[in-house]
Amino acid sequence: MFDAKVLSMLAEGIKDTLYMTLVSTLAGYVLGLPLGIILCVTGKNGLHPNSVIYRILDFICNIIRSVPFLILLIVLIPFTRALVGQSYGSTATIVPLVICAAPYIARVVEASLNEVDPGVVEAAKSMGADNFQIIYKVLLVEAKTSLMAGATITTGILLGYSAMSGTVGGGGLGDIAVRYGYYRWQTDIMVVTVVLLIVIFQIIQNLGTKIVMAFDHRKK
Amino acid sequence: MSGIKIRHLTKKFEADGHILTALDDVNLQIESGEIYGIIGMSGAGKSTLVRSINFLERPTEGQVLIDGVDLAELSERDLRKKRADIGMIFQGFNLLEQKNVISNVCFPLEIAGVKKKDAIVRARELLKRVNLEDKEKAYPSRLSGGQKQRVAIARALASNPKILLCDEATSALDPQTSDSILKLLKQINEDLGITIVIITHQMSVVTQICDKVAIVENGKIVEEGKTAEIFDSPKSDAAKELISGNNNSFLPLEELNSDKVIRIVFSENSAFEPVIANAILKFETPINILKADTRNVGGIAKGEMLLGLHYGSGVEKDFIEYFRERGLVVTEVKETEVKSHV
Repeated sequence: MFDAKVLSMLAEGIKDTLYMTLVSTLAGYVLGLPLGIILCVTGKNGLHPNSVIYRILDFICNIIRSVPFLILLIVLIPFTRALVGQSYGSTATIVPLVICAAPYIARVVEASLNEVDPGVVEAAKSMGADNFQIIYKVLLVEAKTSLMAGATITTGILLGYSAMSGTVGGGGLGDIAVRYGYYRWQTDIMVVTVVLLIVIFQIIQNLGTKIVMAFDHRKK
Repeated sequence: MSGIKIRHLTKKFEADGHILTALDDVNLQIESGEIYGIIGMSGAGKSTLVRSINFLERPTEGQVLIDGVDLAELSERDLRKKRADIGMIFQGFNLLEQKNVISNVCFPLEIAGVKKKDAIVRARELLKRVNLEDKEKAYPSRLSGGQKQRVAIARALASNPKILLCDEATSALDPQTSDSILKLLKQINEDLGITIVIITHQMSVVTQICDKVAIVENGKIVEEGKTAEIFDSPKSDAAKELISGNNNSFLPLEELNSDKVIRIVFSENSAFEPVIANAILKFETPINILKADTRNVGGIAKGEMLLGLHYGSGVEKDFIEYFRERGLVVTEVKETEVKSHV
């Protein structure tokens, strides 16, 4: 049953899954982190309140987040094809994953930054810090561990979403589970992919928690 | 050096359609090198007042002049530069929790663009001043409240400010620690000649180190002057209430059983003569001692007493006269004030 061919297919699946998850998390942060910072800064109690900018971004984030990922995956097919040249395979899957992740990340970042003690921000202001210095020397530094915890959760969610893309030929372990487990009734292969997904998830979560603990200086 | 002049300062906040006047036509003059106390109950507007001094709160009307420079006329960039000349410490310390002690002290220098090497040299110097040179690598979560405030003081001094604003800096600390922080502030004032503005709700803080004091009530300054003078003979109700302080032991008025209540204040030289005993012997009339206390006002031990005199004995005036002749400061206390005094 598990001959060399299946094993190499599973290995390929693991590689694709990790590739999709990590690259989309990274790219998601490239978009989501600045977006989250802008949300925090322009918010009602932010450094530079601006209700117009805030409301526009808030609206966009809510719209994208209210579309289920599977639908987003299908809706974005023309966009993905235009961008990557094809709509299937792991690289193509990264596109909807990033679009889905960015507003989610923006929210997580906004929440983390909003948690920073306003007193510390006030202290920085009293020292003559400008808003940019407050963002990258106070907010991002003080929210560091909260941001890392958020990134861990985001990575876990994107791992799950990458598997969901298997239903439309997205590649990775999810794709294998759908093709073999669902269409061909090969339950054993499905079970193996599920176990592999669980193991990967555990590794990501534990690693994330360890990193957060190592970097957090707030606790004794 | 650096004086602060506040002219017709008014600050209004708008909340839910209501306009709240936090500060109402405040005028203050704080001379360079002074330790100036601003005292009031919570909600009096003193926090807003201290935040107006470095324009963390922009006033609705009026002016704040630092060294004759009107802060409202500065550009954002110049205002930030000016703020670096005004250090500030807070009730909640407001240290960066994810940075260690030395990085916290270096922080204002980092913002000002000072080279890291030079910043560390300066930070070490300051940590020595606040007696924390051995805590350089520690994170704030490992420090006690007093140590945190010392780090905050070192941080506030890093940019060589001419003014130090203290917003309830000792309110979160126990009395001993509070004492040591106040001594440190006094020392800094003497060594560096920094003007210090202290916001507090505790009269003990003011009497301990402030040269002058302003009493804030409902956004207005109700009384202002030298600490010793205000302590001896407070005029406003707010000042009287703040001086009598702890209302935790008050008696019902009817149980005081006295017709006239006076407050006498004496300083250490008049404490040698047994004034009360002599007065009783002289007039052969009893005095009811309702309260007695000694306090440290600006380094001088001051005694304070509330005395109950009986009407009808005909000698109340003589008593008061007698005390005044012996250099005691005597004020009559209205019946309504007795409760808060005792």
